[in-house]
Order: sequence, then C-alpha cells, then structure tokens
Amino acid sequence: MSDDAALRAAQAAFRDALIAHGLLIPMGVDGMYGRSGLFEDVIERFLALVARHGGQDGAEVMRFPPAINRADFEGSGYLKSFPQLAGTVHSFMGNDRDHQALIEKLLKKEDWTAGQKATQVVMTPAACYPIYPVLAARGRLPAGGALVDVYSYCFRHEPSIDPARMQLFRQREYVRIGTPEQVMDFRQLWIDRGTAIMTALGVPLHVDVANDPFFGRAGRMLAANQRDQTLKFELLIPITSTDKPTACLSFNYHQDHFGHAWDIHTHDGGTAHTACVGFGVERIALALFKHHGFDVKAWPMAVRDQLGL
Amino acid sequence: MIRDVIREGGGLAVDIATLGDGDDLYAAGLTSHATVNLMLGLEEKFDIEFPDRLLRRRTFESIEAISAAVTELLDEKVAA
Repeated sequence: MSDDAALRAAQAAFRDALIAHGLLIPMGVDGMYGRSGLFEDVIERFLALVARHGGQDGAEVMRFPPAINRADFEGSGYLKSFPQLAGTVHSFMGNDRDHQALIEKLLKKEDWTAGQKATQVVMTPAACYPIYPVLAARGRLPAGGALVDVYSYCFRHEPSIDPARMQLFRQREYVRIGTPEQVMDFRQLWIDRGTAIMTALGVPLHVDVANDPFFGRAGRMLAANQRDQTLKFELLIPITSTDKPTACLSFNYHQDHFGHAWDIHTHDGGTAHTACVGFGVERIALALFKHHGFDVKAWPMAVRDQLGL
Repeated sequence: MIRDVIREGGGLAVDIATLGDGDDLYAAGLTSHATVNLMLGLEEKFDIEFPDRLLRRRTFESIEAISAAVTELLDEKVAA
C-alpha cells in the first residue's frame, strides 16, 4: 500500500470508529458531522480548561454567528490568499417564473443552483474575522491595546475523509491587537500556555513552524514568506498519522495585515499589529479520544482531573 | 527595467529612485502580497517564470537580488 493509501485507510478507519462509537454522526458529506453529547461534553470541559488559563487576562468576550458581512469579507483580503476555501451563501432571488424553472430542474435532477445569487452573508473562515471591523469602528486602541475572546463555527471548503479535517468546525481564539511588542509577547505567552495545557492532557505533541494553505503559485511564495518570517507556529498532535500530525493549536502573528486592511490604529497612531492563538476544539477532542480511547471513564486520572471529568 | 516593475507593482512607501541596488525592499514597505504582484510583473516583463526554488523572500529582498534571479532565469532560457 502506498503512503497515501495507508494514510487514507487510517483516516477512514478512525472516522468509522468514531461513528461506530456514536461520537460523530455522519451527514452524507465528507467533513460534515453531527456531534454526540459526550463529544460536546469533552469540548465544553476543554473550553473551561482554556478559560482557567486565560480567563484572568481581561479579554473582551465576543460571540458571532458563523458568518460575516460580505463587504467585511471582501475587505479582509481572504480571497487574495484562500479563494479555494471560502464559502459564500447564495439564495434564490427570482420571480414566480424563475421559481417554476427551479422546481422543474429539481424534479429532472438537473443543476438548479445556477440561478442562485450571492447574499450579503459569507461563512466565517476563521473565528477572529468578525472582530476587526468592530475594533476599527471604535477608533484608536487604548495604550494597552485590546484582547478579545472569540469562539465560532468556521467553514472551509476542503472535503476530506479525515475526521480531523472538517468543513464545519469550531475555533476558540484569543486575539491580541496592539503594538508589535504587545502582540509578540502575547504569542509567546500562549505558545508556552498551550504547550502546558496539552502536555497535562497526556497527548504526544510538538510545536513547529508552519504555513497557511495559500492558493496557487502566488501561494507558494506567501507560504515561503510566512515560514521565513516564522509568522505561524502550530502545536501538532499525531491523530491518524505520526508522519503527518494534525495542527490542534496555532499561534499566529499577522504583522499589520489586519491593521492595514481595517485601518486599526494604536494609541499613538501607528498601524496596529495582531496575533492570535487558535484552538481547533474538534481536533483536540479527536486527539484525546485517539490517545486515551473511546471510553472516557477509562482515561488516565490525571487527564480526567484536568478536564473535571 | 526592474525598477520600473517595482514602481508599478511594489507598493513601496518610498520612491524607488531613492533606493540603492542593495537596499532592503521589505524595509522600504514591500509586503508579501506586493511581492506576489512584483513577481508576476517581472515574469511578464522578462517573459520568464520563477521556479519554486526561487519563490522565497530573499529572492526579492533587493534590486540586486532580483537582478541576479532574473539574469539567472534569462540565462537558463537562452541555454534551453
């Protein structure tokens, strides 16, 4: 069996085991699942653990639906980097005749989607995207900058049989907005905290330089730039492969990318820099089930203590 | 010619005429996305294609570095 075939087999086997144990509920589309009560309970307890580490920092909590304003999306620069991942919401906006045509196509099992028109709604690509225009609208940042706590379902169009690569998944993030020094200190703090949190959960891990999945030839250059400048680190845990471990946390320095895109300024008028720590909560739950087994009651006591299980 | 392409696509914070051949273009305001525009502009101007091994930050760090890469690609084209 080739390496690729072996990897796909391991992914399919883990997905099937998760479904057989009732943790994930298949929905007929690769990368889209329902979650069981137990799966959600593990995630809720993990979120509480994160809050125990970061909850005293005074972050402002913001919760958004899993979609953003299309104009904001267009201004974010996302399409320059990741056109292949974006999910735009389209709706029927026709008249009675168009409706009849739609039904006819549906009955004939022909493509009925050609007439769908783009709405003002785009699926959230990363949990932090909605916060930047909100901060920009407030005017200059205070001297201490800003710290935001966000949690959202996100969408990325990358169908996969790997249960650790879902199309609809949740990110818990802390986002720091301020001077380069403020945001770099924040990122280092969370590399240390994130490593401590996951080490205490008894999973094998390492932290490494990473790059985002930028599109095309231009993307290869953007990825090389991102690595050369060590803008992104990931905390990787083997889930379906030890050779290709899964990024469960990421620690990102965006430089002034969002500060520029949204005109966010520090108290002294400089363009704001931003950084974030993101927890891929489904991936973390999957890593825990992978390494400690499907029976939560049989997980090591130290891990259960951490999660209050 | 390289300076023309930078002026058009580089989005620098300063006038390219004020920079020396060895000056750091990133320090002069060249962003990652502008580097992509610059690469595409150079490819069009010189009818070349940057291979993956040259899709690196340092390839575009100065006029000197860009000139070396473009010369190399033009030489390869003649040799091919």
